[in-house]
Amino acid sequence: MPGVTLAQQRSDVVVEIGGLPIRLRSGDPAFLRLVQERYAGYVSSSNDASFDFEVELAPPSTECRDEDVSVTWDSGRWLMQRGDFRAEWNPSTAHGRIEQVINPYSLDSVLRIVHTLLLAPKGGFLVHASSAIRNGRAFLFAGVSGAGKTTMARLAPLDAALLTDEISYVTLQDGQYFAVGTPFFGELARVGENLRAPIKCLYLLAKGPENKIEPIVGADAVRGLLGNILFFARDPKVVKLVFDAAFDFVSRVPIRRLTFVPDSRVWELIV
Amino acid sequence: MSSKRYVARSTAIAARVLGDETMVMSATNSTLFTLDEVATVIWESADGATPLEEIVAKKICTQYNITPEVALKDAEGFVESLAEHGLMLLSDKPIAQSTTALGKTK
Repeated sequence: MPGVTLAQQRSDVVVEIGGLPIRLRSGDPAFLRLVQERYAGYVSSSNDASFDFEVELAPPSTECRDEDVSVTWDSGRWLMQRGDFRAEWNPSTAHGRIEQVINPYSLDSVLRIVHTLLLAPKGGFLVHASSAIRNGRAFLFAGVSGAGKTTMARLAPLDAALLTDEISYVTLQDGQYFAVGTPFFGELARVGENLRAPIKCLYLLAKGPENKIEPIVGADAVRGLLGNILFFARDPKVVKLVFDAAFDFVSRVPIRRLTFVPDSRVWELIV
Repeated sequence: MSSKRYVARSTAIAARVLGDETMVMSATNSTLFTLDEVATVIWESADGATPLEEIVAKKICTQYNITPEVALKDAEGFVESLAEHGLMLLSDKPIAQSTTALGKTK
């Protein structure tokens, strides 16, 4: 039949972050479009996925994102809950279920949690940090809200590829730590580039009257890193894995204090 | 204090010694604690079988210039503080290591 192709509408979207493809199934085409737009650059064209989630949409009236997130292990599955979503995931079957309101923030949170759980046994973690690749190496800029993560991302020169302005994705591969691009953004509201590179340095941010870099070592370095790592699961095994990963990271990657004046000259130090 | 007090490290934690300090993280709320040199001695001696008084007498007073009364008072305050955060278990009876898991504090 020339000129007419009846495309079969898909009922799923595969979102691949950090090389981990997660299939999201939903009967709601509007929601799937929302997912495709939100995770542009991270939507896999492949039909293969390592993990599957059925997404059921709840009425918006149940939304409450101010509640604390709860992540617990119960009877062979992870239970994740906040005011605006409830999810469960069974690692042994690689299947899960998400009940959430129709907004991208809830799914974002579930994906962040799932990725922390997937990364922990592999020595990786998510950390409150913006990150960028420059000259083939990744630089992380960690700090609490207001420390300057988004500012550093905004000031990045054209030769820097921005991975995220909010949540950096750290993986361990063959004894080397890599930063991976994520769609998790902060104030910049821009999806990071889907790239990866070995980490050259993690900077703990501080604003000050001049640009300067100071080394941080030992317990101070570990404290600084641990203070910015995302811990969701209240589970001794996962906490120990991430705790150990932080010590290992500090033993392999330089940790430095970056005090900076918020203008583009700070990037002259990032080489 | 007339009765003996036994102390044991909770298993619902992650801990590492780094130099003279020990970093302890609660598995229940990810709060990080840093123990100084003296606190580290108590932490490492908290095996559930040795009374706190004996730890203080043998490990603290012999190494640091402090009276047993003051050292014991400080140590009690320290272990009670850790117990409040779920990092240490306290009992007037020896604590079996198998009972130091999260939620089994008595």
